[in-house]
Amino acid sequence: MPIKGTVHKYGDNVDTDVIIPARYLNTTSESELAAHCMEDIDADFVKKVKPGDVIVGGENFGCGSSREHAPLAIKSAGISCVIAASFARIFFRNAINIGLAILESRQAAAETDGGDIVSVDLATGVITNATKNKTYPTPPFPPEIRDIIARGGLLKRPN
Amino acid sequence: MAMTLTQKILAQKAGLESVEAGRLITARLDLVMGNDITSPVAIKEFEKSGGGGVFDKDKVCLVMDHFTPNKDIKSAQQCKICRDFSRERGLENFFDVGDMGIEHALLPEKGIVGAGDCVIGADSHTCTYGALGAFSTGVGSTDMAYGMREGKAWFKVPAAVKVELVNKPAKNISGKDVILHLIGLIGVDGALYRSLEFVGDGVKYLSMDDRFTVCNMAIEAGAKNGIFAVDAVTRRYLKAHCKKPVVELHADADAEYERAVVIDLAALKPTIAFPHLPSNTRTVDKAGEIKIDQVVIGSCTNGRLGDLAAAAAVLKNRRVKKGVRAIIIPATNKIYSDALKKGFIRTFMDSGCVVSTPTCGPCLGGHMGILAEGERCVATTNRNFVGRMGHTNSEVYLASPYIAASSAVLGYIGEVK
Repeated sequence: MPIKGTVHKYGDNVDTDVIIPARYLNTTSESELAAHCMEDIDADFVKKVKPGDVIVGGENFGCGSSREHAPLAIKSAGISCVIAASFARIFFRNAINIGLAILESRQAAAETDGGDIVSVDLATGVITNATKNKTYPTPPFPPEIRDIIARGGLLKRPN
Repeated sequence: MAMTLTQKILAQKAGLESVEAGRLITARLDLVMGNDITSPVAIKEFEKSGGGGVFDKDKVCLVMDHFTPNKDIKSAQQCKICRDFSRERGLENFFDVGDMGIEHALLPEKGIVGAGDCVIGADSHTCTYGALGAFSTGVGSTDMAYGMREGKAWFKVPAAVKVELVNKPAKNISGKDVILHLIGLIGVDGALYRSLEFVGDGVKYLSMDDRFTVCNMAIEAGAKNGIFAVDAVTRRYLKAHCKKPVVELHADADAEYERAVVIDLAALKPTIAFPHLPSNTRTVDKAGEIKIDQVVIGSCTNGRLGDLAAAAAVLKNRRVKKGVRAIIIPATNKIYSDALKKGFIRTFMDSGCVVSTPTCGPCLGGHMGILAEGERCVATTNRNFVGRMGHTNSEVYLASPYIAASSAVLGYIGEVK
């Protein structure tokens, strides 16, 4: 899936409880999780989101519970990439392990607004904000992590 | 190369002479744990990627604690996936209703985690076992699935924040006050990706239950793990609970820390985290008279015998304020049983509390105490995020068992004098 879409913007410390509230954790169905994605922080999110859209958050995105249902819900809702000033570490691992693209850029997070059109080149790590005509480089992942991403997730076998 | 305590354990488990912060390693695991919410996702991934046996039947542990006794049909289905998997794979350490407890109280009690161990658990509060001198951290379901098959995990070796605890805590100051104070000081991402290593002459005054509470909430500061070195208190606990050899490691004297924080335990006051972040702390004398609807005393953070003792001491010969619902949840069956013997349960019942079977239940807004719109709860749990215990317009105030019990009696957040 190409990484290009409309930005849904949130603040600091977006926790996994608001990404997918525990009342929906009695299922592992990705479509059911997607139907309640971001429900407690943005009740209209699932109505607005289109395939390829991008979430932009502030500091410590994905803090709290280790529930992998959170990145699964985001990915299944059609989000192609999450950009944040910083990520909580378990969310960071989980996103990589399930093949959800994530990028850390404090500057991009600060300068991007909701509704902007953003694209990402994962090969180079460059974020482009077409609305504001700005680009942001991000540091490359270490080779071990790049290998997991290239495989499409931790449990995917190398080709 | 000088190493922190965490780095020493990771080096040993990675088979390396030494490690340094930032290095990616693969470490052998002594335990892989999951619960009834995270395990079904892990089992699905495990089966999808080839199925087969687990790396060691004694070292994979599943605990049915979040939505048990099952709250609805869907939760029952999730648990059934875990029950079937555990039976088919012959897992030694599968704990279900009857012999279960909240995972992070249960595993130390059963002696499944020991000092020097390297543990991952698909639950963010897996960092609790650092209290025993283990490296222990929360992961997601895919890491759990990989760990169940391979018996190993990749880690980025963390840098560390040294937390020096000095002096003797005043009466009614518990591990909860220590950790809430620390999170208030450094913030919910104050230890992001780092170890919190607790040292100092004040450590010896903290009981094992206090230390479990402190390490349990390391994640609420963003930490990868929290850890105490083994001392006489740990040795005594391990002797009573754990048959594994005690592996005692200590940080090098010249180990590098990114930051050092000193906490004077004698100067601490009972501390409360206001909505909606654990870092939003105030001391009880600055809380104001905030009226409450519910009190929850329990969870992996504060559902142990010492916590129930502190609550019972307050509630003895007192009554819960009319209009307040006080819910007590012993964290394991053994704790429940011990509390019965000690008369705590009688005290709770006589004071107007209800006592529940062990469950994570209300802490994460699962069941057994969900809040309505506009309601306020003082809880000994670990998170007060928006909607954590129910309606998005409800409020959770995090506090120690002493403050929670006091607030139940007063009807507002405060301290029974």
